[in-house]
Amino acid sequence: MRRERARAEPALVAAAVAACVWLVPYAWMIVTSLKTLPDVVAHPASPWPRPFALAAYHEVFATMPVARFMALTIAMAGAIAIAQIALALPAGYALAKLRFAGKRFAFGVVLACLLVPAQATFVPVFLLFARLRWIDTMTSLVLPFAASALGTFLVRQALLSVPDELIEAARMDGASEWTIVYRILAPIVRPTLVSVLLVSFVFHYNDYFWPLVMTTDDAVRTLPLGVALLREQGSGVRWHIVMAGNAVLSLPVLALFALVQKHLTRSVAGGSVT
Amino acid sequence: MRARAGWHPWAMLGPTLALLVVFFILPLGVAAYESFFAWDLLTAPRYVGLENYRALAARGELFAIALRTVGYSVLVVTAAMSAGLALAMLLDRPGRAFAFVRASVFSAYVVSWVAVALLWMWMLDADDGLVSRLLRAIGAPSVALLGDPAWALPTLAVIAAWKLTGYAMVVFLAGLRGIPPALGEAAALDGARPWARFRYVTWPLLAPTAAFVATTLLVTSFQAFDIVRIMTQGGPAKATELFVYAIYEQVFLDLRVGRASALTVVFFGLLLALALLQLRVWSDRGGSRDAA
Repeated sequence: MRRERARAEPALVAAAVAACVWLVPYAWMIVTSLKTLPDVVAHPASPWPRPFALAAYHEVFATMPVARFMALTIAMAGAIAIAQIALALPAGYALAKLRFAGKRFAFGVVLACLLVPAQATFVPVFLLFARLRWIDTMTSLVLPFAASALGTFLVRQALLSVPDELIEAARMDGASEWTIVYRILAPIVRPTLVSVLLVSFVFHYNDYFWPLVMTTDDAVRTLPLGVALLREQGSGVRWHIVMAGNAVLSLPVLALFALVQKHLTRSVAGGSVT
Repeated sequence: MRARAGWHPWAMLGPTLALLVVFFILPLGVAAYESFFAWDLLTAPRYVGLENYRALAARGELFAIALRTVGYSVLVVTAAMSAGLALAMLLDRPGRAFAFVRASVFSAYVVSWVAVALLWMWMLDADDGLVSRLLRAIGAPSVALLGDPAWALPTLAVIAAWKLTGYAMVVFLAGLRGIPPALGEAAALDGARPWARFRYVTWPLLAPTAAFVATTLLVTSFQAFDIVRIMTQGGPAKATELFVYAIYEQVFLDLRVGRASALTVVFFGLLLALALLQLRVWSDRGGSRDAA
């Protein structure tokens, strides 16, 4: 018993050091965001704001339409995540359970797309959207990601283990293919759908690259873009304001993470994120 | 199973396949085609053959960008993997304290690259940043880490590794939990010291997991853009100009669609080579993976 404890203590110390490396930057972000400008200038490293002030947050809400950006970002990420599972279900069903000519080809297209990142396609897609006058629209943010190769692949894998008899029994009962896909199979592969939904939502909520390329004004600007712009505004970087924006950007995903921690960790460990 | 009469499976696949082809497959072909033209978006495109590739290669720019991107990726993968494995071994213990530290490390993976980039700019602020103060306190020579061409890229790599370590850790933890504890116990009974147990029992069994983490991290870091755009804009003196940022610059700052397309083709070619390696690892792991 005593030897066990003697061995556990160095581990606790090492874990505490790790916790510091990952938590001190956040803690300093929050502390800085609660300071006033004179306090940041005079005592930048002090761990205690004197006085505690919400001025930086007021400033963030005054210089950028936080609620609008947040609503837009959540709408965009939500639309993408929902479209992805809505489309992946029938596509995964066809690939897992139906026999038809060209199936290998179709599956090959899905697999090939797993290897193509948006960073390799944005130039032609940008030029296409520019010609269609779709720049600065929600369509340009959502449509390219409405179908997910990874989501389709994962749903197909999950459906492979569903017994055929179940589907045949449903057909005998007169269920339509849509009923089979959305009413009968969807609940069975729910863990996979939730994984795809969560990972996709968090990824697109956080995404900076695509909205940066596809938007030029505030009309459909997302929150990560707005927060990144806080640093570029005005004369001299006012770090308390930038950190307040950072906190506003990070807290929703951290709260979501706290809520669904087990599931999100399992989704990532299961390889749904690359 | 046969498709039901009158119901075509292509109708179920249609939307997905159409979107994937339009937004992922066709653009690659278009980029390859446009890489043979000089086009500034204002006047008409002009066919120039391989001139874009030649121009990029002639000034050594292409090679420098590729080397930088590969160097950055190797740094990120090495650092994030070592730290992730060490933390997985350390934190794979029962108790709330360890669970809390696991969640803390992983949380950096969940937040936006934007937040991470801004946070570390403040940490590295020359006068007031905590890191700068720490370095001064231990008497390190004072360097502006992001302003020095020799230090900027390794600094970005360390920050990316800080963000991605949680991902590596979580995958390693899943790998560790797949190893029957009886194996380690048997080795311990045979007198194997902790290091020998790790070296000869745990590590060989973790090898497929490690290969998977290495390739996914490599592909992720190859696509790095956000921290470059926010923290250094490719500077100082192009020291942090990685592939995706270079492509972005060619299109949106220099209005050179042809050059950008040529860069895209080389970028995707290199990435494809890496991703195929990743796919091989996936298929090697085969049945040991559950479907998410």
